[in-house]
Amino acid sequence: MSLARRIIPCLDVRDGRVVKGTKFRDHIDMGDIVELAARYRDEGADELVFYDITASPEGRSVDIDWVRRVAQEIDIPFCVAGGISSEESARAVLHAGADKISINTPATQRPELISELAAAFGVQCVVVGVDSLRDEDGTWRIRQMTGNPDQTTALETTTVEWVKRVQELGAGEIVLNCMGSDGVRQGYDVEQLAAVRAVCGVPLIASGGAGEMDHFIDVFAEADVDGALAASVFHSGAVPIPELKDRLNSEGVVVRRAEKEQEV
Amino acid sequence: MKVALVDSGGTNIGSVRYALSRLGAESSLTSNADEILSADRVILPGVGAAAAGMARLHEMGLVDVLREVQQPLLGVCLGMQLLFERSDEDGGVDCLGLLPGQVIAIPASASARVPHMGWNTLQHCKSDPLTAGIVDTDRAYFVHSYAAPVSDVTLLSTQHGQPWSAAVRSGQRWGAQFHPEKSADVGSRILRNFLAEDLS
Repeated sequence: MSLARRIIPCLDVRDGRVVKGTKFRDHIDMGDIVELAARYRDEGADELVFYDITASPEGRSVDIDWVRRVAQEIDIPFCVAGGISSEESARAVLHAGADKISINTPATQRPELISELAAAFGVQCVVVGVDSLRDEDGTWRIRQMTGNPDQTTALETTTVEWVKRVQELGAGEIVLNCMGSDGVRQGYDVEQLAAVRAVCGVPLIASGGAGEMDHFIDVFAEADVDGALAASVFHSGAVPIPELKDRLNSEGVVVRRAEKEQEV
Repeated sequence: MKVALVDSGGTNIGSVRYALSRLGAESSLTSNADEILSADRVILPGVGAAAAGMARLHEMGLVDVLREVQQPLLGVCLGMQLLFERSDEDGGVDCLGLLPGQVIAIPASASARVPHMGWNTLQHCKSDPLTAGIVDTDRAYFVHSYAAPVSDVTLLSTQHGQPWSAAVRSGQRWGAQFHPEKSADVGSRILRNFLAEDLS
C-alpha cells in the first residue's frame, strides 16, 4: 500500500462561473462552481483546481467569495490558481478555505514570491504552475500571461532550469502544463513530463492533452507523475472518473476509490 | 456540545470549522482560556511550521492552557505534531509535551517524495473509539514534510518510505496527521467519532 496517484479535474473560473475553452480561447459557460465541484467530489476526484482565467491578465486578485462557498460544501482538498501575486492575496484565499495556492505568471515576474509564500504558509501550500512549450530549437521554455493569448509571452528560461529553480525557492508541488498538447486530446506530453520528472523531487502534476483513459495510464506509467490534471474530458463526460479509476487500478496504478477499495 | 477551535493561526481553521458545521456541530474559534477549558471538545488545528505554531501559542498564553485541558483534545496536522515533546523542524522546537516522542523530517526518495502529499492508506495499530469504522483500505488526505514515527501512542499508521503515525492517542489527547476536514467520508467519520458522547 502506498500513496495514491491523484486524479484532478481543473475548473476554469471566470466571473464566478465555470467556463471551458480550447487552447485558452472561446469560453463557454459550464455552470455553478459549487454544483460542479460537488459532482466531482461525489465521482471520486482526489482534488480540484480552480483556475481564475481572467484574474492574472486583468491584473486583479481572486474574488474570494466563491472560494469560501466551495470550502463550506466540499470535503476534498482544492487549489486556487490565477491572480495570486502577493502574500496578502494568498492569505485571503487560504483563509477562505483553499488548501493550496498555485502561482504562475507572478512567479516568473518575481521569483522571490515563491520563497515569501513558502515562509509564510509552508511549502505544502505553494504550487508553482509552469506553462511550457517546445521552441523551434527543440528546447522547452516557459511562457507567461497565458490566460490571454494576445498577451502570452515567451521567456528565455528553459523549463528544466525553471523547475529546478522553483524547488530551491520553496515550491511544494509543480503543475507542468504542456501547452503544445493542451486542448487537443492527443495525450499528455510524456516525453516532456519525464524530462521534468528527472529534475523534480517534489510532487509533479501533469496537465494538458488528456483525451481518453489510455492517456492517464501512459502518463503514470511512463512519466511517473504524482497526479494527472484534466478539464474537458471530465466536463464532457468522455472520461468518467469512477471508470477511469477502475481502469487504472486494473492496470496496476495505485488510486483511491471513492467506495471501499477492492484489492487487485 | 461545545467545541472550542483553538485560534492557532493556521490557515486550515476555516476548513475545520466548515467540516464541523457540515456534521451539525457549531464551534467557536477562540484563544480565550476559560472558553477552551470549559468546552466539551477542544480542537487544535494547524498548518505551517512548528516554530511559528509554538511561537503563536506562547504569544497568546495558550501553552499552559492546552496542558490543562482535561476534556478530549484533538490536534490536526501541525496541531498533532505540536502535541509531541519536540519537533526537528526549524532547527528544533520544544512543543507541548502532551504525547511522548519527537517529530522528525520525512526522508525524501524517488519512491517517497516530500512533501508527502495526497491520499494514503490507514492501517490500524490499536483499536480506539476515534478510529472506529475505519478499515485498512481507507485513505485519508495528507500534506506534510515532518512526521511522528510509529510508537506506543500510534492508533493508525501510514506508509511513505517507512511507516509513520497517522493518528495517535495518549489519555484524553488525540491527534490526526492527515486532514479529516479534507478527507471526504473517511474524515467525516473520524470527526463524528471525536464528537460522539461516548468517546473515552
